Amino acid sequence: MAGGTPCIEVRKLTMAYGSRVIQQDLDFTVRHGDIFIIMGGSGCGKSTLLRHLIGLMRPAQGDVFYEGQSFWGAEPETRERMLQRFGVLYQSGALWSSMTLAENVALPLGEYTDLAPAEIRDLVSFKLALVGLAGFEEFYPSEISGGMRKRAGLARAMALDPEVLFFDEPSAGLDPISSRRLDDLILEVRASLGATVVVVTHELASIFAIGTDAVFLDGETKTMLATGDPKVLLTEASQPAVRRFLTRGEWKGEEKHGA
Amino acid sequence: MKTRRRAADSPESERARWSLRVAQPASDTILVVLSGNWRLSEKLPSPAEVWPQIEASPGVRRMAFDTQGITGWDSGLLTFVGKIVAENDRRRIDTDRSGLPEGVRRLLALASAVPERKDARHEGVAPSLLARLGIETLSAADKFRTVLAFLGELCLGLLKLLRGTARYRRVDFLIHLQECGAQALPIVTLISFLVGVILAYVGAVQLRQFGAQIYVADLVGIAMVRQMGAMMAAVIMAGRTGAAFAASLGTMQVNEEIDALTTLGISPLEFLVLPRVLALTAMMPLLCVYADLVGILGGACVGVGMLDLGGVEYFVRSSHAIALRDGLAGLVMSGVFGALVALAGCLRGMQCGRSSAAVGWAATSAVVTGIVLIVVADALMTVIFNIVGF
Repeated sequence: MAGGTPCIEVRKLTMAYGSRVIQQDLDFTVRHGDIFIIMGGSGCGKSTLLRHLIGLMRPAQGDVFYEGQSFWGAEPETRERMLQRFGVLYQSGALWSSMTLAENVALPLGEYTDLAPAEIRDLVSFKLALVGLAGFEEFYPSEISGGMRKRAGLARAMALDPEVLFFDEPSAGLDPISSRRLDDLILEVRASLGATVVVVTHELASIFAIGTDAVFLDGETKTMLATGDPKVLLTEASQPAVRRFLTRGEWKGEEKHGA
Repeated sequence: MKTRRRAADSPESERARWSLRVAQPASDTILVVLSGNWRLSEKLPSPAEVWPQIEASPGVRRMAFDTQGITGWDSGLLTFVGKIVAENDRRRIDTDRSGLPEGVRRLLALASAVPERKDARHEGVAPSLLARLGIETLSAADKFRTVLAFLGELCLGLLKLLRGTARYRRVDFLIHLQECGAQALPIVTLISFLVGVILAYVGAVQLRQFGAQIYVADLVGIAMVRQMGAMMAAVIMAGRTGAAFAASLGTMQVNEEIDALTTLGISPLEFLVLPRVLALTAMMPLLCVYADLVGILGGACVGVGMLDLGGVEYFVRSSHAIALRDGLAGLVMSGVFGALVALAGCLRGMQCGRSSAAVGWAATSAVVTGIVLIVVADALMTVIFNIVGF
């Protein structure tokens, strides 16, 4: 909460699949330079919220603003330009399986820049080296491990030097050390490129290690319960559900606060 | 000393977007001065522009950077500096990174933190013609063995089914019956009707010359019942259901669903393939009979509408022309076709690789294999039926 200017503003957002409401009345702001955590129990709609933020799903009500500009109120071309400033790392990498890692990373560069093939090749090698995959350019996604696929996905997400990076469960399926390395990588990328980062996760270790701001979604009341720095929420949140979540269910102060 | 600037296109972009200057403050030191906007969108210079200065003075042992004038940068600057650093390492020149922006230094350190895996690169040597021939032969033999294993396991599954111990869900079988049968009726109706119409037209043009229009009924009836009904139904099902089998089994292969069955001790052949093969084999003769009837109806429409034949006349002529054994021959054929289409679809699905491209390939291959098998089997059976007088 460095007090940066607003980057993403979510206003009165209601998400629903048909008539089934997932979350309602979401209202929060992601500031420039934040590492913003979307947390909550399984099935509470974290990934759905992410899909709303990156334009894959249209809100049932409300809107999302980027740099003060409405996403869903904008023309399709404007929306496409907004999307180019995003990088998304999907849960299992979502690499295109018929392309090599180099081709995967090169695709956005080839589509959206007018760089020469040799320059693109250099950039691709550099991005892959950045995520620790130097020398794996000619590999297909099916030939590498899950953790490597995830890192290759990050290289692709960073291909266009995005202003906002979205991560869907970055540590899911990774061992603690790889997961820690990915966290470090997220911190490093933010520090050196000045990107804003939005992370969907329920890994407590990651939440406390990297999060500077957070929103807690509750599956039962179908709305957000708290926002703020997760380290502060841990000690100061007034909602029992938030405290229980952040302490792996070991917080027993419910009666005291509930009364 | 040398300075390069990006040419300004218009007066308002007068200020240089980027500039690169190479200086030599001491005989053993080169200073690279960068300023302006070093972003990819600015058509950055090639790092090779620094080499001439190095080559001109062989005594250089150190390179430093001055980046105080940089107003903005992105990956473009990173790859530029990264290549210079790599080149310096090759020429045994010390790189002093202290003049670089902090973010650049950190990202460069990160990029070189994990050394490049040399053994990871694929070998680029193409095998000789003889070696390729050998590899192809071995892989063909291997493929043949997989097909045999598939068929063998399926036969074992069939035996288990007869003994009543096969593991599969009856509801799956019923769903497949529905998909292979009732849901295929609309497309089978359309195609068979049109095939009947086409046959009648082709026959009518010739037969009218002899005033023998009535024999259109014979032609359409016998052709549909003996051959075309079974054949067209099978081709439709190869494109419709064979491809669907391959795609669904292939996707299950990609999602490790088939592995999940295997580790549970359930044979995927029994659980997935057997119900599909049985369903299509059972439904195909029914579809064939239906296709025969609709095809004859198509012929009758042409006969009544264009050749002025009476409806009853056409019906009587058809029923005289078509013998029971014609119908039986068609039924036997369609049963065989059904089994072949289902086997081709399931085989390709089970052989599917673990990528989305492989699923597409499996579906295509299932249709091609299915149709080839149908035509080959049709030719074989026609000859055999002819020899045994069936």
